[in-house]
Amino acid sequence: MNLALNDKTAKHKRGRTSLGEWISRISLAASAISYLFAAPAFADRVVPDTGNTTYHSECGSCHMAFPAQLLPKESWQALMAGLAKHFGTDASVDAKTAKEIESYLTANASRKAGPAGAKAPLRITETRSFLHEHHEVPGRVWTSATVKSPANCGACHPGAEHGDFNEHAVRLPN
Amino acid sequence: MNFTRYRGTFALIVAMVCLPAWAATPAELLESFNKEAWQSDPGFKGFSRQRGQQLFQLAHGGEWSCASCHTDNPAASGKHAKTGKVIAPLAPSANADRFTSAAKVEKWFKRNCNDVLGRACTPQEKGDVLSWLMGIAN
Repeated sequence: MNLALNDKTAKHKRGRTSLGEWISRISLAASAISYLFAAPAFADRVVPDTGNTTYHSECGSCHMAFPAQLLPKESWQALMAGLAKHFGTDASVDAKTAKEIESYLTANASRKAGPAGAKAPLRITETRSFLHEHHEVPGRVWTSATVKSPANCGACHPGAEHGDFNEHAVRLPN
Repeated sequence: MNFTRYRGTFALIVAMVCLPAWAATPAELLESFNKEAWQSDPGFKGFSRQRGQQLFQLAHGGEWSCASCHTDNPAASGKHAKTGKVIAPLAPSANADRFTSAAKVEKWFKRNCNDVLGRACTPQEKGDVLSWLMGIAN
């Protein structure tokens, strides 16, 4: 739209294009192109998890309080139903706390439907969006001492705690 | 009487009355483990720091010990064995927030005893560990 407007202005001036206009045209085109390439399958910026302090303090004491929108509602429900055996550890909370956390997570969950008939993923790292965004990451990164687990978002995404997953800020450990 | 006007005062009074229900000191929590131990175990002879240290530092047939995440020195920061998340020191001398909420203490004993021992801890075991932790100087 901006490009079209720019063309109109140029026509109005009967084909005489100043250096400033060229610069502005080129920069507009460049930003349009870069937007096309940056348009994410996995949003670069997701809603940070600070929306619920109970979720943040309860779940965030063992791992990053992952942004709710990284999993669909069904996944969060399944996770909350199995907290006593949560990936090998007992992460149980009392019923009142569980209810509050579950309503926060499901209300803010991803609205993308999973593949028909497929079971809801229990790990963010199993979602298609995650796999798509991380397929270029070499295997050694996941097992390096500073990363330890793919659940450790902050090891490579410094702004993860604030919902910033922009790939330009990624710092891969050595 | 204008309730709206004195809302703040009422809130303060309610908070002061209710405060002891959740704010506690490590010594108070130890005392409640002591009471529970007397009630549940006729052979109870008091807590032992040495037993607490052993319970904390040794594995008990499973993959993990308490020290797997909290390290052998509870006055230092630990690291979650699986996720690598930093865990603040557990010894009250190093971290004044520790053992100040009965609900929080019960929650973590329940979870972590299950992870390390595959069962709940007895009041004796909880008291042994807490008395060891309370004796650690920072």
